[in-house]
Amino acid sequence: MKIKRILLGLAVGLSVNAANAQDVRVGLVTTLSGPLAALGEHVRDGFMLGVEQAGGKLGGLDTKIIIEDDQLRPDIARQVGDKLLERDKIDVLTGVVFSNVAMALAKPADDHNVIFLSPNAGPAPLAGKRCSPRFFATAWQNDQPHEAMGQHLQQEGVKKVYLLAPNYNAGKEALAGFKRAFKGEIVGETYAAMNQLDFAAEISEIRAAKPDALYVFLSGGMGINFVKQYAQAGLNTAVPLYSAFTIDSITLPAIGDAAVGSYQSNLWNADLPYPANSEFVQKFRSKYGYEPSNFAAQSYDTARLLDSALKKTGDAKDKEALAKAIRAAEFDSVRGPFKFNNNQFPIGNFYLLKVVKEADGTLRQVTEKTIVTEAKDAYHTECDMASAK
Amino acid sequence: MLLLLEQIVNGVQFGMMLFLMAAGLTLAVGIMNLINLAHGTLYMIGAFLAVTYLGLFDSYLVAVFLAIFSTAIVGMLIEMLVLRPLYTRDHLDQVLCTFGLILFMNEFVRFAWGARPLRLDIPEAIDFSLRFLDIQYPAYRLLVILVSLAVAAGLYVLISKTRIGMLIRAGASDRMMIIGLGVNIKFLYSLIFALGAALAALAGILAAPIFAVQVGMGDHILILTLVVIVIGGIGSIRGALVAAMLVGLIDTLGRVMLPSGFGNIVIYLLMAVILFWRPQGLFPAHG
Repeated sequence: MKIKRILLGLAVGLSVNAANAQDVRVGLVTTLSGPLAALGEHVRDGFMLGVEQAGGKLGGLDTKIIIEDDQLRPDIARQVGDKLLERDKIDVLTGVVFSNVAMALAKPADDHNVIFLSPNAGPAPLAGKRCSPRFFATAWQNDQPHEAMGQHLQQEGVKKVYLLAPNYNAGKEALAGFKRAFKGEIVGETYAAMNQLDFAAEISEIRAAKPDALYVFLSGGMGINFVKQYAQAGLNTAVPLYSAFTIDSITLPAIGDAAVGSYQSNLWNADLPYPANSEFVQKFRSKYGYEPSNFAAQSYDTARLLDSALKKTGDAKDKEALAKAIRAAEFDSVRGPFKFNNNQFPIGNFYLLKVVKEADGTLRQVTEKTIVTEAKDAYHTECDMASAK
Repeated sequence: MLLLLEQIVNGVQFGMMLFLMAAGLTLAVGIMNLINLAHGTLYMIGAFLAVTYLGLFDSYLVAVFLAIFSTAIVGMLIEMLVLRPLYTRDHLDQVLCTFGLILFMNEFVRFAWGARPLRLDIPEAIDFSLRFLDIQYPAYRLLVILVSLAVAAGLYVLISKTRIGMLIRAGASDRMMIIGLGVNIKFLYSLIFALGAALAALAGILAAPIFAVQVGMGDHILILTLVVIVIGGIGSIRGALVAAMLVGLIDTLGRVMLPSGFGNIVIYLLMAVILFWRPQGLFPAHG
């Protein structure tokens, strides 16, 4: 009995080793349950479409994608991460949406010499002091969309702005990012409770403060609650609403007309005039039957980036060579120009989007302008990649 | 001054919303002696069903009625299949089981309706703002206040003036005695639970145009609801009404008047203080 088990173990071990030579194993850890599961679905679907674009073989190698749910909990992420790293022996880790999950996985992935491609989370430590040659953010550093919107309102010469974000770390960092670029007067800065339902009190305060513009960062359900209530109070026509991570193709159908006329900053939009983007949007719609979001676009980009790098190396086991090929970023990004900075975070454009209502009643985000080209995050100067190992 | 008045109205309105939730929950906890964490789940189901029915029948009245009725049926089924064996078990078992129900139903709703949040608009007939002095107030929110007051009055009449209300009170006081008198207590409990579920659904539907309709929407409001029934005295409708107003007002005013971020803890401080003075809550239920 025992011998049989050992032999079986050996056989499994050998088959894993045998497969190792010419295959690539990708662990996709994302949020697939709970209120924010839609984000994880976009990330998963975007990535799988990218793999399909490569004929199911990233870089021409046999490709195995192992998908795990992190439940938006760092402890669960750590468990499934250990399983992927120890047992499945993945070469590349991706899929992570949230920064707390990314922080929980960054160290173990790095210790296992695994390339970590984060398709959304871009926490400040990993962009700065704790940057690693094996960690790549393929979307942004978390502060960047906020900073871009601050820059836009600064360019527009807006005088008085009111700020609203949830009362946790990312909320404070978001508004700090906004203020890095916006030098006008901040007439109010409010931190709401996490997952707050009723914003009537905050809306009354905003009305009384009479700002020229309102900037909010309220993700998921909080954003839906707020934007609806803001319009119901009739304030959306008096004080224009600017936001990031609040209104996108996931939340827009749930918010409805209340979002019309509001502005968002983002690194991507469905109407960006790049051939790679038109192809992505069209294929995504026909395959999945719903509107892609920037999360899907970022994850699609991640798969395309990995495909381009593996084509060059022809092998996923030499991580140094793979990282070098990824760093070159020779692929057509759906977001337009794309290259990596010294901290392996992207240098790319940020766009101003506006919600409009089409003649047939559908709601859509249209790109108004490019706010900033070749934007770099604020932390890259703290990253000393040469001495990072 | 006007701003303060506006904030007080905001607080009252939020309190009324909480009352709708708390009334149903306090019935289950107080009268049936059952810790039901899945109350928020029924709130979620009510909202999701209303969206679906509205899509099917294109009439708010029909959708609201059907959603409340269906949620009551769902509640009754949950009571009969899952909760009935738990009445004789201790509260920890009830907490574990109903917490499991939350997880199960959240994933079930995600499976059935998808992960993307849904939308329920305010009916056009009431989608306008009222102006009073310099205050602009959405008419829909005033409707929420009126409906909540009507529910409070209806429950008062039901519990203290009708025969079924008498049986409910009797069942709460002495379960064995009422069985001895030949009353079908099992059916009575199913009925109370269905009533609680209907109230949760009503709250979910009324909240849907203001809040996000998404998986897990009941979880956040459940916490505040538990605070309300603990402060009000478990099982007391009157207590739930007073406590809901108190929590709504203090939460709203605290958020505005205290330094940012600090206001969110005020209601929990309030709960601690009230429990210190009156461990049974403000209006302990009889029996």
